[in-house]
Amino acid sequence: MELTSTWYLVLAAILFALGATGLLVRRNPLIMFMCVELMLNAVNLTFVTFGNDLNDLGGELSVFFVLVVAAAEVVIGLAIIVAIMRRRNEATADDLSVLRG
Amino acid sequence: MELVVFLIAGALAIIGALGLILFRHPVHSALSLVLSLFAVAVLFVNQDAQFLAAVQVIVYAGAIVVLFLFVIMLLGVDKAENLSVEPIAGQRLIAVGIGIAILALSVFFIFSVSGNAATGQESVTAEKVDSITGTTTSATEALGDDQVDGTEDAPNIDQLGRSLFTDYVFAFEVTALLLTIAVVGAVLLARKPKGELAPLPTIPDRNAGPVPELDALETLGDT
Repeated sequence: MELTSTWYLVLAAILFALGATGLLVRRNPLIMFMCVELMLNAVNLTFVTFGNDLNDLGGELSVFFVLVVAAAEVVIGLAIIVAIMRRRNEATADDLSVLRG
Repeated sequence: MELVVFLIAGALAIIGALGLILFRHPVHSALSLVLSLFAVAVLFVNQDAQFLAAVQVIVYAGAIVVLFLFVIMLLGVDKAENLSVEPIAGQRLIAVGIGIAILALSVFFIFSVSGNAATGQESVTAEKVDSITGTTTSATEALGDDQVDGTEDAPNIDQLGRSLFTDYVFAFEVTALLLTIAVVGAVLLARKPKGELAPLPTIPDRNAGPVPELDALETLGDT
């Protein structure tokens, strides 16, 4: 059997769907964040696959920038979670409804 | 050989993703995420993206997940989540349904597109992508066509760096700015504000209307 790019794309789709399911199911904001990272990673895999398939460097460059944005996003998100949890221990995503403006 | 690597790494990635969702303990979830990220890094190597695999391991597994673990430990929330309560009725069922729908749609489109590619439109797609991005990666093409510098089997770090610092140098600089802003914002958000802070009000009943203790929320503005 030959390994084509379709295999990679299907695997990335599975990972993306698992991340989306986790994001919707879990209520711990930290785990929801990790699920977002998983989804970003699945998209990175498709970028690399297409870049490899079409022999285009743009795919890998996109992954580079996605990585940077993911890092910045995690830093800010975790800072927000720390700021919230400092006031209230044991927060779930449901508790954040008090942040209504 | 590549197929074997793909099968093993793909299985590990899926196992890690499942663990991330199913473990009740946040630390276990974070470690499962590391497993999944490592497996994806292996898949990157399998596709000749060695630089990205290294960056994946260093940045994701090395920095981001460690940051997650730090926050888990710092906040002392390393207790298991009670998965038996379901605040919104039927939430899990709907979530799993949405997940399956996303998967089905993605796979459907992947197969419909690759069906087109099999009929000989692949080159057209490649040209289209080139014209859309509009980047004349002449250096890359020259390297790719003539195989100068003997870069046939060499990793593409060379081309990647050249492209990053010529065609995409503006985006690269903006990236630096973005990271600086993120660091400043994180410091600002995590700073301990002066004085005692009132705890956030507890959530009233869902149908009790707006939160009554809005005074306590005003201290949030100090941060």
